[in-house]
Amino acid sequence: MTYILVLEQILNGLQFGVMLFLMAAGLTLVFGVMGLINLAHGSLYMVGAFAAAAVAGWTGSFLLALIASLAAAAAAGALMELVVIRRLYRRDHLDQVLATFALILIFSEGTRWLFGSFPLFLDVPPYLSGPVTLPGGIEYPLYRLAIILIGLAIAAGLFLLIARTRIGIQIRAGEADREMIAALGVDISKLYTLVFALGAALAGLAGALVGAIQSVQVGMGEPVLILAFVVIVIGGIGSIKGALAGALLVGMTDTLGGVFLPRLFTLFMEPASAASAGASLASMLIYILMAGVLLVRPSGLYGGSA
Amino acid sequence: MKTIRMLAMAAAVPALAAAAQADTKIGMITTLSGGGAGLGVDVRDGFMLAIEQDGRDGVEVVIEDDQRKPDAAVQIADRMIQSEKVDILTGIIWSNLAMAVVPAATAQGVFYLSPNAGPSALAGKRCHPNYFNVAWQNDNLHEAAGAYANEAGLKNSFILAPNYPAGKDALTGYKRMYGGELAGEIYTKLGQTDYAAEIAQIRASGADSVYFFLPGGMGISFLKQYAGSGVDLPVVGPAFSFDQGILQAVGDAALGVKNTSQWNKDIDNAANAGFVAAFQEKYGRLPSLYASQGFDTANLILSALDKAEPADQDAFRSALKAAEFASVRGDFKFGDNHHPVQDIYVREVIKEGDVYTNKIIATGLSDHADAYAGECKM
Repeated sequence: MTYILVLEQILNGLQFGVMLFLMAAGLTLVFGVMGLINLAHGSLYMVGAFAAAAVAGWTGSFLLALIASLAAAAAAGALMELVVIRRLYRRDHLDQVLATFALILIFSEGTRWLFGSFPLFLDVPPYLSGPVTLPGGIEYPLYRLAIILIGLAIAAGLFLLIARTRIGIQIRAGEADREMIAALGVDISKLYTLVFALGAALAGLAGALVGAIQSVQVGMGEPVLILAFVVIVIGGIGSIKGALAGALLVGMTDTLGGVFLPRLFTLFMEPASAASAGASLASMLIYILMAGVLLVRPSGLYGGSA
Repeated sequence: MKTIRMLAMAAAVPALAAAAQADTKIGMITTLSGGGAGLGVDVRDGFMLAIEQDGRDGVEVVIEDDQRKPDAAVQIADRMIQSEKVDILTGIIWSNLAMAVVPAATAQGVFYLSPNAGPSALAGKRCHPNYFNVAWQNDNLHEAAGAYANEAGLKNSFILAPNYPAGKDALTGYKRMYGGELAGEIYTKLGQTDYAAEIAQIRASGADSVYFFLPGGMGISFLKQYAGSGVDLPVVGPAFSFDQGILQAVGDAALGVKNTSQWNKDIDNAANAGFVAAFQEKYGRLPSLYASQGFDTANLILSALDKAEPADQDAFRSALKAAEFASVRGDFKFGDNHHPVQDIYVREVIKEGDVYTNKIIATGLSDHADAYAGECKM
């Protein structure tokens, strides 16, 4: 094992974490501001990927595809909020879970109806393909490096939005006391639609960015959704800072655990069973991490008094 | 849950003759929704094409969607056996679903013909006279890949597969035939979509080739990421990651990859040429190996129905075992454990015009039977 392998894996963990952050940011905002559990967040990720694949197919431009993914997911999110979600704010969490689960099925079968059962093609643009050599002699895919940078830029933008802008103040106020900001004359229903669409757009962008190196297919959002929930539980529900910390923690743990646990096991097991046992334990690792964090801080890392 | 009923009708047959002959009911349980739907759709389309081409009266096919869930598959199978009174079951794609459904179905006296899944248990200790596999035993394509690796002079393979029963069968199958060293062996998570960590390990391992079994979307992700990583070791895989349905989604990243399959569209025989042309005409896409397996399964059933009724179990079973139908694979016969003994080919991914597809470049294993036949006592 070389230090290059370790560094490369740390970059991989960082990239995975940044991707998870884009998913988790929307989820945690929606939960924090509106108190809503949205299982259909993964469907918005899928909508973004399919929109990007379709636009890239028509125009051949990756940039247009990314814009399309933002627009399509934001539109789908806003529509979802106006038609369905709006009726759920005052209901309990079980009703929300039930209704948004129904939305998953509707989005999945609707997408299949539109695009068919077979995976779509979406590729990395030529100017971002291939590896680059980083200082220290690490060969790393340029596209993944770009994902890390885009993700960090968006994280910074979100912090500024929340901390420095009028909308950010309203969002924070909404988290703290819904009735009061409504009484102060903020159009709360418009704010809700805006926050929901913002979260949806981030999920859609994540879907498009990841779709270029993975498979664009129906049901692609659900595995990511589960991880995003783990992230916001670890980070503390409602906290953007927590979502970033949780995402990076989960990304690193999952990547590094998957690589190094099987190697650790080979020290005292034969290779074939070490590979299998190590892989099994590695896939549990993030849940063990979540349990550990909750044991020490029951409301998550940045959960505050919630 | 949607039920599609199709009554294959031949207009010319007089109603009286049809009434005299008992109807044969075939239940198809397959995956038509969710992430794995492409495979089930192909099996169904291939199967129904054969039924339609045959056009005989008195064969009814009931199709239901298992959503890739074992519990749903078991429920559907129970309903089909108990209330629909099907004579034959078929259609299951996934090994874990097959393990949940097949032993119970065959124990109730129903015939089960597998158009895809071939778990090792059903080929060996738990084989059953009423269970026939028309596709392959799970290990087969991987064994052929191992044999091909020896022939291609590969000496230090890095192998990976998902951590579930078929993934373990896959690496076991590869290692059974492959004679070289292993640079590394990894089990990934089932449904994993990011392979950056694995690719970094491949890069650091000093391997001379990569063998992977990652069916469906997992394979698409792996190949795209592998192509972007700058690692350019030769890749070998089974046909499942290079079938017609997903090649278009992988694109250039798959070009030139060698993969093993018991079928390809360029196998030279009349049945295959007719199948490829008819499938393309009816569905507007090239058939995949799953479609070919569905097509063969239906033709096998029809050939057995020519000789016997399913109610006469012994006669129908020996008619199935005889396998006297024109398989799109060319020669086809069953071994003693009712699994195919067949040639397995090495294919290469090529581009024909705008369409990515495969062409056969060699025969990996000839008249190959599975390794579990000896454990089957029936």
